[in-house]
Amino acid sequence: MPHIEVHDVSLTYDTPAGRVVGVADASFDIERSEFVCLVGPSGCGKSTLLNIIAGFLAPTAGELRIGGKPVTGRGLDRGIVFQDFAQLFPWRTALKNVAFGLEMKGMAQPERERIALEQLRLVKLEKFANAYPHHLSGGMQQRVAIARALAYDPSVLLMDEPFAALDALTRDDMQRLLVDVWQASRKTVVYVTHNVAEAVYLADRVLVMSPHPGTVKCEVPITLERPRDPLSVAFIDYQKELLRQLSLNARG
Amino acid sequence: MSALPDRARSLRRLLTSLLLAAAVYEGLARSGAFAPALLPTIATVARALFDGVLDGTLPAHALSTLYRVLIGLALAIAIALPLGIGMGRYRPIESFFLPLASALMPIPSLAWVPLFILWFGLGNATAIGIVCYAAIFPMLINAWSGVRAVNPLWLRVGSAMGAGERTLFWKVIVPGSLPFLLAGLRQAFLRAWIAVVGAEMLAASDWGLGWVIFDAKEFLKADVMLAALAVIGLIGFAFERLVFGALERLTVERWGMLRAGKG
Repeated sequence: MPHIEVHDVSLTYDTPAGRVVGVADASFDIERSEFVCLVGPSGCGKSTLLNIIAGFLAPTAGELRIGGKPVTGRGLDRGIVFQDFAQLFPWRTALKNVAFGLEMKGMAQPERERIALEQLRLVKLEKFANAYPHHLSGGMQQRVAIARALAYDPSVLLMDEPFAALDALTRDDMQRLLVDVWQASRKTVVYVTHNVAEAVYLADRVLVMSPHPGTVKCEVPITLERPRDPLSVAFIDYQKELLRQLSLNARG
Repeated sequence: MSALPDRARSLRRLLTSLLLAAAVYEGLARSGAFAPALLPTIATVARALFDGVLDGTLPAHALSTLYRVLIGLALAIAIALPLGIGMGRYRPIESFFLPLASALMPIPSLAWVPLFILWFGLGNATAIGIVCYAAIFPMLINAWSGVRAVNPLWLRVGSAMGAGERTLFWKVIVPGSLPFLLAGLRQAFLRAWIAVVGAEMLAASDWGLGWVIFDAKEFLKADVMLAALAVIGLIGFAFERLVFGALERLTVERWGMLRAGKG
């Protein structure tokens, strides 16, 4: 049984300008421990789709199941990381940010701080456990956010362009780190990006989305061995293939 | 940068400002343009201050003023903090209380004094009521704004990690709006401090710094009036710098939610 099942999911908004279709009849399955990237131009509904999976938005039609259970709202089976560095709580140290989810579960302080420290070690930030977010760089803040989303051990990790606001060198480091973290934790990852090279580097499978109305047009499995070499011919061929699909869709 | 040079620099700035202002005043007092009884020299005011402190009357007046301010402020916070946060969080509370607050806010607190005297008589109850009235609105408006300014991402992340409404309130909304809450507290204290002196002039009998000024007027004792004003300024300054400054340094400045103030 697939871990995440999305069947004919649609979302329409009523705005003052009339009815807007955010997502139209999206259907796909994601296997357990699979790394899937949703790729598409801005406005194609990829973030909306992620927010539906997260339970922040309710689809107006269709069906969504995680682990066989219909999704009715947010839940601790999903961790989420956003693009904005401001997602961390500025009044909590890195350690206490990471421990937040465990605190919500009612875990005692020594236990949750031990686990939070382990998670910080996984993203190589254990030395900064007692630093406040504003003393950390953007890349470090995003690593804390990843540790925080993983700390309460959800089975699904949802990521909405988490590295898009980082400089290119830091982004490369973060992508390598994320692959390591994913391979160590074996979470199911749904990762939204508009960066084709990032999708080819990270994903087991790329779902290409197109706008007006936002829907999944095709999927491209990436069968390259890890660690992947972004300069290899095969890697670049995948990028070309994805770009071709994206431009086909753009022309409609 | 260590704390000490910063502190020393801040003290130097303070002394420079004060000395300069004092020099201008002293020059004016000695110029002979005004009668010495109306514009006494700093030495005369200092003597009045010293005498008042020595015989214990000035500290006693200051304490009764402080008592009225702190009780009135505490009442105002007890009302305005939950109400302001409620207004920021829940639409029905906002739509009921916002028009009410907007209508009451522009009325000067001192305009209520005659009515309060009719209702509560002369004395503490009226002064505390006026203080409370003056302090409520800055606290209310800041709490309301602070809650609306809480980053929605924090609420989203918090609820994604399983925080219920109650937990979100204590662990996200209150710390997230703290820069506003502290600003509100600061303004509320200042408004309360301003209001209490006026209320004491009109409604207090025998005790309080406002009453000292009003009473000294009867005897043309400008030095006593200025001494009382100096005490009022000093206590206000001490609270502003020591209490509210320290609260901000320990919380929102440390968390990077507010730039450190200089001066």
